[in-house]
Amino acid sequence: MSPWILGFSVFFGYPLVMSAYLSFTSYDLLNPPKWVGLENYRYLFGEDPDIGPAVKNTLWLIVVLVPLQVLFAFGVALMLTRARRGAGFFRTVFYLPALVPPVAATLGFVYLLNPATGPVNTVLGKLGIDGPLWFNDPAWSKPSLTLLGLWGIGNTMVIFLAAILDVPRHLDESAQLDGAGPVQRLRWVTLPSISPVILFSVVIGVIAAMQYFTQAYVAAAVAAGQASQAGSVSTLELGYPEGSTLFYPILLYYNGFRFFNMGYAAAMAIVLLGVAFLLTLIILGNSRRWVHYQGAVR
Amino acid sequence: MSVADAPAGTAALVRRTPPRSVRRRRFLIALADHSLLIAAAALFLAPVVFVTLTALMTNSQALSPRLWPEPFQWSNFSEVFDKSPLWHWALNSFIYSSLATLGLLVSSIPVAYAFSVLRWRGRDAMFLVVLVALMLPPQVTVVPLYVMWAKLDLVGSLWPLILPNWFGDAFAIFLLRQFFLTIPTEYLDAARVDGCGELRILTTVVLRLAKPAIAAVALFSILYTWNDFFLPLLYVGENPDHWVTSIGLSQFRSLHQVQWNLTMAATLLVMLPVILIFFVAQKAFVEGVTLTGVKG
Repeated sequence: MSPWILGFSVFFGYPLVMSAYLSFTSYDLLNPPKWVGLENYRYLFGEDPDIGPAVKNTLWLIVVLVPLQVLFAFGVALMLTRARRGAGFFRTVFYLPALVPPVAATLGFVYLLNPATGPVNTVLGKLGIDGPLWFNDPAWSKPSLTLLGLWGIGNTMVIFLAAILDVPRHLDESAQLDGAGPVQRLRWVTLPSISPVILFSVVIGVIAAMQYFTQAYVAAAVAAGQASQAGSVSTLELGYPEGSTLFYPILLYYNGFRFFNMGYAAAMAIVLLGVAFLLTLIILGNSRRWVHYQGAVR
Repeated sequence: MSVADAPAGTAALVRRTPPRSVRRRRFLIALADHSLLIAAAALFLAPVVFVTLTALMTNSQALSPRLWPEPFQWSNFSEVFDKSPLWHWALNSFIYSSLATLGLLVSSIPVAYAFSVLRWRGRDAMFLVVLVALMLPPQVTVVPLYVMWAKLDLVGSLWPLILPNWFGDAFAIFLLRQFFLTIPTEYLDAARVDGCGELRILTTVVLRLAKPAIAAVALFSILYTWNDFFLPLLYVGENPDHWVTSIGLSQFRSLHQVQWNLTMAATLLVMLPVILIFFVAQKAFVEGVTLTGVKG
């Protein structure tokens, strides 16, 4: 127990306190931190031109990507419970993409969706549709990331699958005897029974959205490199194209570890902590109205 | 399937083979029943199929809109190893993965035991702290940690990635605790009556019963470290000697001038170990994922 307490303090408690302290300083890693009071926060809330887009893009993830992922995972799980043949095969097909390394998956999708020679636009072209520029178009870059996100819903899907199969049979059967159709049974039996799992996946999804980094970082770098045909690109890729994939964690990374504004990055981290805490509280508070727990509290 | 495959004679004895039209109708009904599922599965498989096809193309063909490789250029895979230090990256990933996973198990199992089986003052409050740590975006603590590693002069090495795992991991503690709670207390009490100390109970009784959960935690850790990008980018991104596969792969295209066929071959090679592990340990995976969700 005690080594854990030690480790916990070193890797969790101490950095948390230090984050708070550093957020009031100006620090570039070379010179000692200089106390600047609320300067970082004033800049963050008032002047930083990148914060607005970064927050908006991150909100987009929470409002569009997360609900789509949960819905899609639920839909796939529901289909799987109805499959009478090859359920194991289908389950593997839907689950495996979740294991694919995010960098590999992102590279694959940037290639698949590349506007000039990518297979997706080639197929669309054969159908007579002019495919969009995907990762190279500010209007399509987030939808492209969404496709990538929907491809990787395996974990959520498996959890839903287990939950749906766990719904007590007698509830479903008695509803059927009372003359409830499939839609009504889904709405009044299945959904309430699995509501704790829905809550769980929404919370996990929102937390993941607030740390969304790898996919956006790799996609922006590769798509930008592809557009310039030059290979390595330095700051040009920040949220490429046109800041449309500039998410909060990306901006934090650039401020802290590319520009070495450690104090400002710490301030961004503290704000992120506050928002994460608040959002979780809101979701949990709101959930009382729609989540049903069976039996007694454990 | 079973009826059609059985030898004609026995099938006729046991059950009359339905006429062809009936069988065809049954097949079509099954197909229609599963059509949505089949379509969705095809969509899920399509990316892997296209990536594989491209990995087998010549460079000029990968840049053309043709979809089927001709000729199949299998040498792309060996060329990936010739042109990039993929083995070296994989070795670094392996070091990171194995040392981190080992440390995570050694440190998290006793803590999870203390949080589930033992009773002590402030246990539930401390567990709440673990849950908070679990929920917290890593970006929140990353700045001071980076400063700390920089002061220790370890940025650029694999140690900032490995060492924290030796002090317990919130997710592993959480998952193991959930499983330990399901162990009937009678077993533990019986061991105590027989004079076992807590350490011996942990190593003999609990470890044996909790094998599936421990396997799942180990698998998740291996997977997580192999796929991890953010932390390696932070700590070894500037030092190509210590690049792990995820970093190497992300840089692959800039190292090799837009060669999509080689990039896709490398992508497949990086996916491969994960897929292999999955097929070897499929059951442990699915059980582990379910354990995180249903009880949470």
